[in-house]
Amino acid sequence: MLSLPTIHCQACIAKVERALNAHPGVTSARVNLTLKRALIDAAPDVTPAALAELMMREGFEAHELDPAALNETATGSAGRDLLMRLAVAGFASMNVMLLSVAVWSGAEDATRDLFHWISAAIALPAIAFSAQPFFVNAWHALKAGRLNMDVPISLAILLALVTSLWETWLSGHHAYFDAALTLTFFLLAGRWLDARARSAARSAAEELTALEVPRAWRVTEEGPVEVPVSELRLGDHVLVRPGGRAPVDGLVIEGRSEVDRALLTGETLPETKGPGDAMSAGEVNLTGPLTLQATAVGQDTSLQRMAALVAIAESGRSRYTSLADRAAKLYAPGVHILAALAFLGWLIWSGDMRVSLNIAAAVLIITCPCALGLAVPAVTTAASGRLFGKGLLIKNANALERLAEIDTVVFDKTGTLTTGQPRLTNWDDLDPTQKAIAHALASGSHHPLSQAICAAAQAEGMLPADLTDRAERPGYGAEARLGDRPVRLGRPDWIGLSCGGYDICTALQGPEGAPVLLRFTDAARKGASDTLAALKAQGLDIVLLSGDRPAAVSTFADRLGIADWHAGMLPDAKARFVGGLADEGRNVLMIGDGLNDTAALASAHVSISPAQALDAARAASDMVLLGQDLSPIADAVAMARRATRRIRENFQIATLYNVVAVPLAVAGFATPLIAALAMSTSSISVSLNALRLGGRR
Amino acid sequence: MNVLAYLIPISLALGGLGLLGFLYTLKTRQYDDPEGDSRRILSDTWDDRPKSD
Repeated sequence: MLSLPTIHCQACIAKVERALNAHPGVTSARVNLTLKRALIDAAPDVTPAALAELMMREGFEAHELDPAALNETATGSAGRDLLMRLAVAGFASMNVMLLSVAVWSGAEDATRDLFHWISAAIALPAIAFSAQPFFVNAWHALKAGRLNMDVPISLAILLALVTSLWETWLSGHHAYFDAALTLTFFLLAGRWLDARARSAARSAAEELTALEVPRAWRVTEEGPVEVPVSELRLGDHVLVRPGGRAPVDGLVIEGRSEVDRALLTGETLPETKGPGDAMSAGEVNLTGPLTLQATAVGQDTSLQRMAALVAIAESGRSRYTSLADRAAKLYAPGVHILAALAFLGWLIWSGDMRVSLNIAAAVLIITCPCALGLAVPAVTTAASGRLFGKGLLIKNANALERLAEIDTVVFDKTGTLTTGQPRLTNWDDLDPTQKAIAHALASGSHHPLSQAICAAAQAEGMLPADLTDRAERPGYGAEARLGDRPVRLGRPDWIGLSCGGYDICTALQGPEGAPVLLRFTDAARKGASDTLAALKAQGLDIVLLSGDRPAAVSTFADRLGIADWHAGMLPDAKARFVGGLADEGRNVLMIGDGLNDTAALASAHVSISPAQALDAARAASDMVLLGQDLSPIADAVAMARRATRRIRENFQIATLYNVVAVPLAVAGFATPLIAALAMSTSSISVSLNALRLGGRR
Repeated sequence: MNVLAYLIPISLALGGLGLLGFLYTLKTRQYDDPEGDSRRILSDTWDDRPKSD
């Protein structure tokens, strides 16, 4: 399975499928444009990497996806199941509604009875099938001794059916088959919208996980063999190539290299590792190949243990009750008490069981949270659809509501506000020969500083100098010969300089003269300062937390105009800081990417992480930022506030309808016609109000 | 009113036919790639003439 993020038109589909089908060993290939994926059936000897490369040659960006991480069938089938029930309910309610129109417009005696019986014959099986999700949920809630939105729904549907059957049996005037079915239909529509929005978010989140195919190189007697990470065992020797991420915790037994720990600690500068040093899973090897002896694999690695801790911390967040649940808590008992009172009142006053039961059913149907069931999903679907289009993925159902409540934004520095990739600042001080030598020495290395040098040189269109005998000195740098003179690029103390007051630097020893210092800064992410300004304009406090050294943090904070910053924060200090803010009664939005942020992400009121973040950090956060740009965050806050306002408005509209219709029902004036009208108009006005959110540009 | 005896079953059967049709499209996963399918008809790579064999 391949992910093809750049395909967009019918020509792309044709081109991709033709190219893939022409590849020997491929039996069939089909593109799904909606998901931007290609599903390929191929002989076992065709590797996904080869196909991805084939796509690259055709001009499409392609990534391999791990099918195991995609739980497509489960999410898709839940949606299809709901859609099927929705279709049945829609079909049945339309037919029963047609028959009811005849009854309302004056069918009498035998005709009315016949119509009622036909309605019953349609409604009973249709409801038994399509209202099952509500019955099951209500049953679970009752068994646990709780009330949820589904309890009044199920009760209303069942009571309406029972009284209508009874009425039909006695050739009565009023039957609520149409109401029961329309109710089921609207509520299923709400559920389906909800399920669709969530499965879209989940499949996007799963795709991010699936992009990191867990493979490792196990060192065997015949040489390194590529195996899935899950097959690695304790004591295995694992080769980590430059640019690769360590798949296991282990001790270095061979090789010497620099290791990027930014995702775990927030440090910008790499650390040198040699034989005997420990390396933990998730660290990125930069310069030379390393062989590890695995000391912990799979679930036991420090990375997984941290992720498990995060999962525990996250369960604390379920304390948050969503607006819908809060409404249900008020609503469900109120509705039941009202219906019971109406029933008892009429029973005492008239002594007629049949009339009283009819009135109780009318009250339940009219108050049934039909519009409430649509109010929230319609708004969240519209809002998350808009935000997804802007590059923000909402993973958690009530994250939007929580986002609307925030008053403080806490940023991590490395990898979040900055790109995590250093940028060269004094390139122009070098003369052309030095530039060419630096470029030649730096090219081919995975070290972030080398890549920054290459980027600067390529931006100028500079050609690398012609060097011979280039060799990496893992942990130090690279050296080579220009003609017969040695040139070196690497750690300042290796070359005989010191970094002085600068944060990040490297040194270059040219063929003649004194060595020079190259200085770097960590570049701010695109849109960082605009986002900060927009967030401040919305009245939010901004805090910067970083695990980096104070000097680096302070210059950066000054440049972006952040007054409140804290440097040298360890992971638990970050979490404590966020927890402290929460104890002061503040609602914190935490934005971070590294493993050092995960605890803080999980303890914040709501959290966002960029797509480049570690899996554990993405899992801990409620929203994922898909692009490089930070600016969707400010939009998201504004959008969340609008959405929450819209949800409240919807509740008010629904309540208004109830306030008008309930007295009628209690007084016994509610005919099935009034019930049907009240229900449909409130549902439709609520949906339209929600759609306003999606439509506005 | 005797005409109802024919009309009601007929209308129900017609509606039911539509429902079955929808359920069939759902079962055969025709809603998995709405965007791609709407583009595919624009291309003449697949079906440029009626099937003839």
